[in-house]
Amino acid sequence: MRKCSLSKIDLLFAEIAKTQSLYMPIDGADGRAVYSKWQAGKAWSSALNTVKSPKNFFFPHTEELANFKTAGKTIEIIDVRAEAEDFVVFGVRACDAKSFDILDRVFLTDPVDSFYASRREHGVIITTACNRPTETCFCTTFGIDAAEPAGDISTWKTGGELYLKANTEKGEALLAALEGVTEAADDAAVRAEKENIRKIMKKLPLADVKADAFGGGKTKQYFDDPAWAALSESCLGCGTCTFVCPTCQCYDVKDFNTGRGIIRFRCWDSCMYSDFTLMAHGNNRNSQKERFRQRFMQKLVYYPENNDGIFGCVGCGRCLAKCPISMNIVKVMKTLGGKN
Amino acid sequence: MQKITRDALIEKAAALLENGTVSAVLGWKRGEFDYDVTPAVFNSIDEMKEGFVWNDFCGANFSKYLVSKTKKAEGKILVFLKPCDTYSFNQLLTEHRFDREKVYAVGIPCEGMADIDKIREIAGDGISKIECGEKITVTTLYADEPVVIECEKVLEGRCESCKSKAHVAYDELMGDEGEVLDSNRFDEVARLEAMSAEERFAFWQNELSKCIRCNACRDICPACTCEKCVFGNPNSGVENKAISDSFEEKMFHIIRAFHVAGRCTDCGECSRVCPQNIPLHLLNRKFIKDINSFYGEYQAGAEVGSRAPLVNYTTEDLEPGEVFAKGE
Repeated sequence: MRKCSLSKIDLLFAEIAKTQSLYMPIDGADGRAVYSKWQAGKAWSSALNTVKSPKNFFFPHTEELANFKTAGKTIEIIDVRAEAEDFVVFGVRACDAKSFDILDRVFLTDPVDSFYASRREHGVIITTACNRPTETCFCTTFGIDAAEPAGDISTWKTGGELYLKANTEKGEALLAALEGVTEAADDAAVRAEKENIRKIMKKLPLADVKADAFGGGKTKQYFDDPAWAALSESCLGCGTCTFVCPTCQCYDVKDFNTGRGIIRFRCWDSCMYSDFTLMAHGNNRNSQKERFRQRFMQKLVYYPENNDGIFGCVGCGRCLAKCPISMNIVKVMKTLGGKN
Repeated sequence: MQKITRDALIEKAAALLENGTVSAVLGWKRGEFDYDVTPAVFNSIDEMKEGFVWNDFCGANFSKYLVSKTKKAEGKILVFLKPCDTYSFNQLLTEHRFDREKVYAVGIPCEGMADIDKIREIAGDGISKIECGEKITVTTLYADEPVVIECEKVLEGRCESCKSKAHVAYDELMGDEGEVLDSNRFDEVARLEAMSAEERFAFWQNELSKCIRCNACRDICPACTCEKCVFGNPNSGVENKAISDSFEEKMFHIIRAFHVAGRCTDCGECSRVCPQNIPLHLLNRKFIKDINSFYGEYQAGAEVGSRAPLVNYTTEDLEPGEVFAKGE
């Protein structure tokens, strides 16, 4: 384990940024934290989390897939893929770090998504433990320990120091390169901090939310539950929950005619939208109730069914804070799971 | 603090359900915490006693829900309307968007709603309890003592410049009728107007670049009631889920502001629900301010059936050149 004084953290950041881009939550002009590129003079935000999750680094909101140019009767296909450059994402929370595992299972299984894979390969994740979780946090529901965040390097902020521990080869390589700006440390302070965090996690109002009632093989049990009607009653059908979600992974592929050629791009899609997965035969989810049900069944039943029982939610609480009508996965789990 | 109590609203609903005037109630439902209130339809008084709330977090405007809820309803639906909600209610009636006969509207007074983000700024994170009384008392996981906050300090932005405490539509009114207020709601627009074109461009560039294109502003908007929005229709040719570039974002929001110009009642729901806190209402307010100055004072939704200046030609109308000159 290494440590670096928080008063000298800029030296640590500068050392990382010497060789690659460094991103972290930085407060914008309006005081809200946004993942941004660090440069001298910028400060690491003390905010618990960002509205937009760090999944953007690997699975951006919009990206070009290919270009097409026509000349006479021939079509030229232009591969726009470029090897990603090395980069570091710092300050990732335990919940968001877990979301990368969930996305990996989708994008890195055959056929591998080369766009995503290139970024994953070149990105180093530095996580940070949550000293002050808030009432919308429920990562423990999904077996995540906010005191022990995953990632290539984990960090803890305590007693005016930042403690760093490498978890992977990539993390060890980076930490080795930072020896000049860090010093060796024992883990006593970190162990005490972990205890503190775990104590707080137990006191959170959502600490008792359990996912046990859900999982693979429960489609029949929940699909026709009459409670979906009331749960989805006032859903606006907007895409807020899906776009702030660190694990939502659906996208649409579209062609844009520039007049001189075609740009094929993909952009995030939302199962809440009425034209989601619209096909030649029409749409198989015609009501908001069906679209709403899809989102939660995917997180709580379908995804675990196809992924060794792992749930498609990390309990980050973004949808709890941001849904315009305050309907969310916790309310769904308590309503449906409470009676089973 | 709200002047009327939850119990009084439940009592009113109980009487109307009991005597058969209404068959269901559109109201606010309690959530996991004390502030995450969800619009819901209550079918019985027992359901209301269990989940109905009326407190400083009941900002949701129910008028737009009437478009879908009255289609399904067999009897009349009871809706509680705050003063600003009644303007949306009238505007939707003007546009024939729901059947007035299927609604029993009860006007209720509103002292302004609280903004949870502002409360969080003062009281801190980890909110475990909020009590709404004369003042707002907030208990958190991290403070030893509850934090007591004056309601006025944490009002939602739109309530700070409330335009009216008077209801412009109802079947029945609870409490005392208020008055149309002399609000300062155009001050912020004037501040933007006073900027140079470059400063103003930079302001909106910064704000709109935060947009994640979730469409919450459109979907909550009582003036946006198209069955199928062009931006969500794959056959329209302009459908787009992407935030492809900053130009795209500005186009979406500016076009939406044009679409609701003259019909927007300034209810402020767009800015309330924006996950990125973009002050979208300022685009709409600019239109309202301009309409007022070009064509005379006009408040959308103040009455049912009024002809809005933008759809009402008169020979005294301003020439386009004069409008252009004012924009310079």
